[in-house]
Amino acid sequence: MKRNGMYFWGGAALFLAGALLMTQVIGNQYPFFACYVILQFIVLAVAWSILGGYAGYVNFGTSAFFGVGVYTAVFLFKATGVPLAVQIAAAAAVGALMGFALGLLTLRMQGIFFSIATIAATIIIETAITNWRYVGGASGIQLQRPAVMAPFDNYVEMLFFVQAVMVVLAVAISRYIQNSWIGRGLQALKDDELAAECTGVPTLRLKLTACVISGALMCAAGAPAAMYLQYADPASAFNLNYSVSALAMSLIGGTAHWAGPVIGAILLGVTQQLLTVTISSEVNVLVLGVMLVLFVVAAPEGIVGLIRKVRSKRNEGEG
Amino acid sequence: MAPGSQAPLLRISALTKRFGGFIALDNVSVDIPPGQRFGLIGPNGSGKTTLINCISGAFRTEPGTVTFRDEDITRLAPHIRTRRGIARSFQIPRPFRSMTVAENLMVGLDFAADTSVIVSEAQRRDTMMSILTRMGLASKANVSATKLSQVELRKMELARAMATHPKLLISDEAMAGLSSSEVDEVLDLLMSLADQDITIIMIEHIMQAVMRFSERVMCLEAGKIIAIGTPDQVMANQRVQEAYLGT
Amino acid sequence: MFSFELLLDAVVIGVLLGCFYAAVSLGLSISFGLLDVPHVAHPAFLVLASYAVYFLNEHYGVDPLLAGLLITPLFFLFGLFAYRLYYETFERRGSDAGVRGIAFFFGIAFIIEVLIIMQFGVDQRSVTADYVGKAWRIGEMRIPFRLVVAFVVAAALTILLTLYLSRTFMGRAIRAVAQDQEALRLMGANPIRIKQWAFGIATAVLGIAGALLIIVAPVEPTLDRTYIGRTFCVVVMAGLGSMSGTLVAAIILGVAETVVLTLFGASWAPAISFAMLLGVLAVRPQGLFGRRS
Repeated sequence: MKRNGMYFWGGAALFLAGALLMTQVIGNQYPFFACYVILQFIVLAVAWSILGGYAGYVNFGTSAFFGVGVYTAVFLFKATGVPLAVQIAAAAAVGALMGFALGLLTLRMQGIFFSIATIAATIIIETAITNWRYVGGASGIQLQRPAVMAPFDNYVEMLFFVQAVMVVLAVAISRYIQNSWIGRGLQALKDDELAAECTGVPTLRLKLTACVISGALMCAAGAPAAMYLQYADPASAFNLNYSVSALAMSLIGGTAHWAGPVIGAILLGVTQQLLTVTISSEVNVLVLGVMLVLFVVAAPEGIVGLIRKVRSKRNEGEG
Repeated sequence: MAPGSQAPLLRISALTKRFGGFIALDNVSVDIPPGQRFGLIGPNGSGKTTLINCISGAFRTEPGTVTFRDEDITRLAPHIRTRRGIARSFQIPRPFRSMTVAENLMVGLDFAADTSVIVSEAQRRDTMMSILTRMGLASKANVSATKLSQVELRKMELARAMATHPKLLISDEAMAGLSSSEVDEVLDLLMSLADQDITIIMIEHIMQAVMRFSERVMCLEAGKIIAIGTPDQVMANQRVQEAYLGT
Repeated sequence: MFSFELLLDAVVIGVLLGCFYAAVSLGLSISFGLLDVPHVAHPAFLVLASYAVYFLNEHYGVDPLLAGLLITPLFFLFGLFAYRLYYETFERRGSDAGVRGIAFFFGIAFIIEVLIIMQFGVDQRSVTADYVGKAWRIGEMRIPFRLVVAFVVAAALTILLTLYLSRTFMGRAIRAVAQDQEALRLMGANPIRIKQWAFGIATAVLGIAGALLIIVAPVEPTLDRTYIGRTFCVVVMAGLGSMSGTLVAAIILGVAETVVLTLFGASWAPAISFAMLLGVLAVRPQGLFGRRS
């Protein structure tokens, strides 16, 4: 257990050091543009999995949290011009509050009712933002990036590194939850909510906790997107594609282990980047949909499940 | 010790439960003293499971109150009732399917263990193993809950309930579908638990088992108590015979 | 700004629109309401039907309603196939069907959306027919003919389906399977076959509903997202599986939408169905008009 932790934090430190080194060595902008998107999807998938994977509540509202994160940053930037770190922290706080409110409203519903309710919340919030003139309304808003901070010599590189830090944070939180009593409680209520209650699990409180953490991470992941694109509009900030991507990446990677969403997001994110460049963005959404359906039908436990199966087969072969 | 000479562990007073127009429980009142082996019988649909759902908190009741160890628990959520000391098994077993037997028990130990005694992870594991050993499931600790036989599932549900260190254990038809030797096995287990100062409510269709087990028996029909007393008294009751044997 | 006539106008249009919403929700009322299938892809199937109608109308000059009728058998078969796939992969395996069943239909909806974009592009498409674009005038009130067509067809469809479910043997079997699968099995019927048939009917209805959708207004590939709100709002509000409830709920939604549109403007319109849906789910998840027991 302890040794596992050392490996994990060592790996995380190595990952961040690598990311930082990349920003200092590579001059070309494109890798950062592409990698930023992949990192962003890792955060979203990991965050989705905390509620959707561990607790089994299929959240279609990833785009709602993402969009609110974007617009929290837009509003703060326009109103006060505070630095990026404050925008992200504020977005996380707003996301936590929103997760709490939405959770209270929807987490008593089960299965499909919860999922539909989260879509409903997404559209309602999007409509509200569309009607909010101060942040640009339906036509969107242009944003001028402020000067970049050292040691970065370019804003996109900085955004890339910031998102890398968020990946480590999200994965660390997800890993902690999985290995703690919270994770065991969520797993129990995913299996059987009534049996979990009757075994002492405070199901509503645990679901709310998961929803708050998941929401905070999703909002935080969205906050830098405005500066990344230098533009924000409701239709793209609340695009349902974020919801289906986060869900697909988690389920394809597998939700039984924290590494599942990470694997899924890297696999799909890289594929999408390649496809968008070489063929078209329609094809990459198609691939996402087809992979989701294929995995859900043929490999219900995702890639993590496949790996486990192969391992146990091998162990049986040896024993 | 005669019932009534001390404060009851569980007091149900004037409990009524409606589903739409259907009255599942009609003004049910009963006291159960600590340490008693209490049998609950009645034909299908007479309200037995509804009653224990009201005791364990799966259903809210209005009107009526449930008092446990001198505390009104009518409005408490099920998980808080579990922590107060009410544990149950389910008529149709409800294991945590993605977990092993050991992990199933760990849920109870994580969330409802007696924290005055069990503090460390090592103590939780020891407690888990000792419960499994007592239930005869030690060899199954690392087996997935989906791979258990019917009788093992029944035992695991009782073991999981025991992990929450209950003062009151409700066993909802834990013997349904078992062979007669397995019935004896589970019955002996419940007897041994009762010897350890745990009050047990047993719901059962297998009449011999209830009669052998119980010190006191209550019979429900159509949501009402039609008889309550010693096993012999209840069996001799004419309405009980009519309800069970038909006319 | 505000006038009584405008409001009356909105209510009349709302009722007509509501009947149309009922027509597009009937299928979901069967598949989700009666069969408990988490059919998030229902609106995507609907938009797919609209594009099929558009294709027949654009290339062969087929009348949209006739085109809708023509694709109905195809959609019926499509429904049979879709249910079989769902049953074999999820319902039969049992455990954890919830999460993956929902994700499955969500994925299907996305695939349909993208395929339509790749085939027809993202632009809006509409059909040509005599009754599209004309309007009736009753005093000051102007009632678009296409809405009247939708209203008449929708009403007929609702009545037919209600009769089918209550009068025919198969219809009664469908309602029985929703209530007690075991009892039906004991009577020697195969509940899976009946559910498959019912899902086929639910999908077949979408052929006509898709025609209405494109008659009432131009369609675009991502239109299904808006209709997730409308159709689920109607079905949940109706109380799962009730046909007459579906009609009433749809009319309530139609009137609410047109009134809000008149009072606050079009930019708030998309949120209405979703807000009502959320409200109903939060307050009375069993629907406004009771539920099947």
